[in-house]
Amino acid sequence: MAVAMPAAQMRALIARQRRKDLLFVLLGVAALCLAFATFITLFLDMLIDGWSRLRPEFFTQFASRKAEQAGILAAWVGTLAVMVVTALVAVPLGVAAGIYLEEYAARNKLTAIIEININNLAGVPSIVYGLLALGMFVHTFGLGASIRTAGLTLALLILPIVIVATREAIRAIPGSIREAAYALGATRWQLVRHHVLPYSMPGILTGVIIGLSRAIGETAPIITIGAVSFIAFLPPAPVQPEFPWLSFEWLASPFTAMPIQIFGWTSRPEAAFQANASAAALVLVAMTLVMNAIAIWLRYRLRRNLSW
Amino acid sequence: MVAKPPRPDISTLAKKAEARELSFHYGTKQALKRISVPVYDRRVTALIGPSGCGKSTFLRCFNRMHDLYPGNRYEGEIRFQPDDIDLLGADIDPIEVRMRLAMVFQKPNPFPKSIFENVAYGLRIRGENRRSALIDAVEEALVAAALWNEVKDRLDEMAMNLSGGQQQRLCIARALASQPEMLLFDEPTSALDPIATASIEELIHQLKDKVTILIVTHNMQQAARVSDFTAYMYLGDLIEYGWTDDVFFRPKHKQTEDYITGRFG
Repeated sequence: MAVAMPAAQMRALIARQRRKDLLFVLLGVAALCLAFATFITLFLDMLIDGWSRLRPEFFTQFASRKAEQAGILAAWVGTLAVMVVTALVAVPLGVAAGIYLEEYAARNKLTAIIEININNLAGVPSIVYGLLALGMFVHTFGLGASIRTAGLTLALLILPIVIVATREAIRAIPGSIREAAYALGATRWQLVRHHVLPYSMPGILTGVIIGLSRAIGETAPIITIGAVSFIAFLPPAPVQPEFPWLSFEWLASPFTAMPIQIFGWTSRPEAAFQANASAAALVLVAMTLVMNAIAIWLRYRLRRNLSW
Repeated sequence: MVAKPPRPDISTLAKKAEARELSFHYGTKQALKRISVPVYDRRVTALIGPSGCGKSTFLRCFNRMHDLYPGNRYEGEIRFQPDDIDLLGADIDPIEVRMRLAMVFQKPNPFPKSIFENVAYGLRIRGENRRSALIDAVEEALVAAALWNEVKDRLDEMAMNLSGGQQQRLCIARALASQPEMLLFDEPTSALDPIATASIEELIHQLKDKVTILIVTHNMQQAARVSDFTAYMYLGDLIEYGWTDDVFFRPKHKQTEDYITGRFG
């Protein structure tokens, strides 16, 4: 048996350990403050520069050579349209691929290679996706510098994020739930439809929003496919007053997007355009924050009833 | 111990299922060695033996749970009555097997859905979506699982809000709702407290008039209390099988006696 430590020595030891504990807390708080302060500074800087431009007309006017008349109408509509295409393409493809890899694919060399490649794709620089899209969508398929090209390009960009998030969410479902469903006679599709999809939905949603938040700020691939920063018209509305009421012409429309508009304005020397850029950047940050807020709310709603 | 009715002549009993020369391999590891054992209709058969003896592996052959994981291989057959099919046969869809033989697991595993939807799930996947039919079946199953009185006013609440013992009875109700021909219990009380355990054992007693039961248990007293027949397994071999009273009080093998009296295992 070891000899017990004298009480005085034990207390000194505990005091030393406690000091280390406190030190780490201080370090953590400092790191957090630094990160937060950086964001706040950036945000305040944009706010100070751009606040005066954030009037209703800013959202309803097209770009202009006169800084005080310039607005972001084409840009925010373009971004919204591109995001819709991106989400409509990336979510079904990514979720289906994730479900296939987790629930159906055999565990072998081929799936291992696919798995590694998907993780690698998430790290490929976005300009590479732009070049791929320029060669494939714009030139080979002749889709032009359009909303659909941009949507498809950004969908490719975020596909790995959606796939990885889907797989993580599916893997978090315990095997006991799976076995319970199978033991009652469920087929694989019934398991996916009734259990895997609903239970992994909060995680999938998180991945989708992380992906879209990344896509919304991407500039390089959109510039590469040939989007222009000066556009004085809107894409045709998807809903028409005459039969057949729905129109998909907007997909083929040229467009601009928020990051391109911001980039265009920051490259102008006049201070007034810099203010426009700050204001547009604020709007872009706000769009991202709103998307994240929706995701958090949805996740909270869906997760409320999930536990195992 | 519950008083048992006089034993009938074993040759007059109908077999619900019978394993014949059943071997099972996890990859290259053989987990069951040519097991032959009957399961009598509307009787409780208990599988006992030390950890790793293959009793759960054996149980999971009956509803083809091993098919869910790659690298598993069966040999031999399990004849199943009344239509004399081989549960392991290549011509039998494992989905059919699982629809006819329900399973209750070691840890309660309700779905993260409402109490009602948990019990109704087996019927839903069989294509039953009429609300009235589901309501009747859910009530009947919950009554049979001795849970109805506790949950009848909160069928729309999440199953996770129930206690462990209630969750396990819910899983039994879920298994019963689709009227299985045979119930497989895989150590159903090992995660429960003594009171919940007693209620599950009582339930097994009541159920055996209606359905054939095969139960794996770690608890020797439980096997003695609930079962009519007992099979003792060791390292993938069936060592002894017979009427529970015989296995417990007049074991033919020294090893069985040692295990039952706690000298080993």
